[in-house]
Amino acid sequence: MSGIPHDHYEPKTGAEKWLHKRLPIVGLLYDTLMIPTPKNLNWWWIWGIVLAFCLVLQIVTGIILAMHYTPHVDLAFASVEHIMRNVNGGHFLRYLHMNGASLFFFAVYIHIFRGLYYGSYKAPREVTWIVGMLIFVAMMATGFMGYVLPWGQMSFWGATVITGLFGAIPFIGEGLQTWLLGGPAVDNATLNRFFSLHYLLPFVIAALVVVHIWAFHTTGNNNPTGVDVRNGSKAEVEKDTLPFWPYFVIKDLFALALIMMVFWAIVGFMPNYLGHPDNYIEANALVTPAHIVPEWYFLPFYAILRAFTSEVWVVQWASALTGGIIDAKFFGVLAMFGAIIVMALVPWLDTSRVRSGRYRPMFKWYFWLLCIDFVVLMWLGAMPAEEPYATWSLIASAYWFGYFLVILPVLGVVEKPLPTPATIEEDFEAHYGKAETPAE
Amino acid sequence: MLKKLAISAVAALALSAGGLQAAGGESHIHDVDFSFEGPFGAFDQFQLQRGLQVYTEVCSACHGLQYVPLRTLGDEGGPHFSAAEVRAYAAENFSVYDAELDEDRAAKATDSFPTSGDENAPDLSLMAKKRAGFHGPYGTGMNQLFKGMGGPEYIVSILTGYTGEEKEEAGTTFYANTAFPGGWIAMAPPLSDEQVEYADGHDTSVHHMSEDVSAFLMWTAEPKMMARKQTGFIGVIMLAILACLLYLTNKRLWAPHKPKKH
Repeated sequence: MSGIPHDHYEPKTGAEKWLHKRLPIVGLLYDTLMIPTPKNLNWWWIWGIVLAFCLVLQIVTGIILAMHYTPHVDLAFASVEHIMRNVNGGHFLRYLHMNGASLFFFAVYIHIFRGLYYGSYKAPREVTWIVGMLIFVAMMATGFMGYVLPWGQMSFWGATVITGLFGAIPFIGEGLQTWLLGGPAVDNATLNRFFSLHYLLPFVIAALVVVHIWAFHTTGNNNPTGVDVRNGSKAEVEKDTLPFWPYFVIKDLFALALIMMVFWAIVGFMPNYLGHPDNYIEANALVTPAHIVPEWYFLPFYAILRAFTSEVWVVQWASALTGGIIDAKFFGVLAMFGAIIVMALVPWLDTSRVRSGRYRPMFKWYFWLLCIDFVVLMWLGAMPAEEPYATWSLIASAYWFGYFLVILPVLGVVEKPLPTPATIEEDFEAHYGKAETPAE
Repeated sequence: MLKKLAISAVAALALSAGGLQAAGGESHIHDVDFSFEGPFGAFDQFQLQRGLQVYTEVCSACHGLQYVPLRTLGDEGGPHFSAAEVRAYAAENFSVYDAELDEDRAAKATDSFPTSGDENAPDLSLMAKKRAGFHGPYGTGMNQLFKGMGGPEYIVSILTGYTGEEKEEAGTTFYANTAFPGGWIAMAPPLSDEQVEYADGHDTSVHHMSEDVSAFLMWTAEPKMMARKQTGFIGVIMLAILACLLYLTNKRLWAPHKPKKH
């Protein structure tokens, strides 16, 4: 599985040999678990395990919730209340699932920004990055459809607004929207298919996660220095790496336990903090909530969607150039999806030969500004669509695109990077000293 | 550029703060110290029982509690009545339509509270969770973090927020209320001092009755709150122990590779 030389599984007993000849599954698991991992990985590398845990948590709690939930417009809201009141442990399961989505997105955002800082997307890990972006998009679709299922006011109106985006696509939009909804408006058919897809997509994500792991097990992990593991021989590899089990499994589990402690406290003591009160009002097609706000994890992209109004010159320009085919609404939709697409294309937009941001003095500043930009966009997404938030949204959106489309390509040319350590071993020993006995 | 941005930021903050203050005059929610707030907070069983009495004698005339099964009045962590008391309460106060008998009969513990009798009166099962008393500031959620969502506070503020002014619009009478968004509410002031008589001799001013019924409505909205907090504590403690053990395991595991740190 891996391009890095390391010990492989040797079946010892008769039974092991028998199975290994027929299905080398134990060998596959062994090789996956024992993969040589750069020993200088820091704490930003623990979020992968948190994400794997989130996926399992959501699937397990979700399957149990689905046993008690009814996807019908007249019964969905009541069936959620039934779960909260009459199902043994149902209230906790539902709160775990609800807040589990938040933990999932919190973790994925840190994971993505970790990749952006340490250049994990750069060759040869472009495929890992692209698959990761596909997982992210699938997560957003799953999260969005899951939020519709309780059939509260925000569920209904969120679904109406977001599916309305597809209606903004010229020529085919209206037909596409009707096809997606299964009718002219969000109704029973919509709820049914969202439930079906909400159940399906996590397994698609699970499959993509396997591909994601497969991809970076082939190239090996990136690390904080961005310097490649020396892989001329097994002995060389062992100077730069330690096996994933037990070193990184135990480290990651320790971090996971700490994160779970905070998560459990949120679920136990303030489970509705991240939710919206309006979603405890049953969906009503005749009453529009005062503010339709998506869940917090969609807010940055929601802010970008709303930033491009018909008063913005880029929008007017695009509209004039296309003879009105691209109007403000469609421009916003393009911008929102474009924000994810430019991020997905970052392996080819970043021209720097140095992988890790640690050795890029100018890049660092722009990167941290991007992090701030993301948080500001998140905040702006929750604010009403009025001044001054509209202008700020526009500036913040412009920076998001500017970072990927202008700053990264230019920086690679103008920036003078700092010297990188020659090896991972050198970086590790500078921090932790030289081990007296070599690793077993 | 940065300076310009900073100036516009300050100006915007000042402007929106002014806007908020103007709006603040319309909807005022005051903070109440409820016994169930915070990780250690618990429902006061007797307050819930008093609140149920207020609901039964006053609110239930118009408002239903359709998601609340009557039997849960006997649950631990709630009003915690005995089974016999629950049966008596159900039979005494509510009748339900029985499809099998094709007629109304006295409610049993297995039935739920009725739905709203007045179609304009919202169901109260989830009222304490579907209204937020505290917002912001500026969408940051800080107020909710420190004061809670404020659903029960919202209910108390509505019940005690009548100014006595009335107006008539299109045949409907509206009552001025300092807590209701927009300032005018269609519900007539439901409570007056000494309207109910508590068996435990507790004070029956409008303010106290409002707090009692709000606590009760928090329970109807979140009946498993006590169980949830308990599960929260057990989980946090066990995870803390697990984290300590994993920390020590991890430290020991890596020690031979990190001589400088040990």
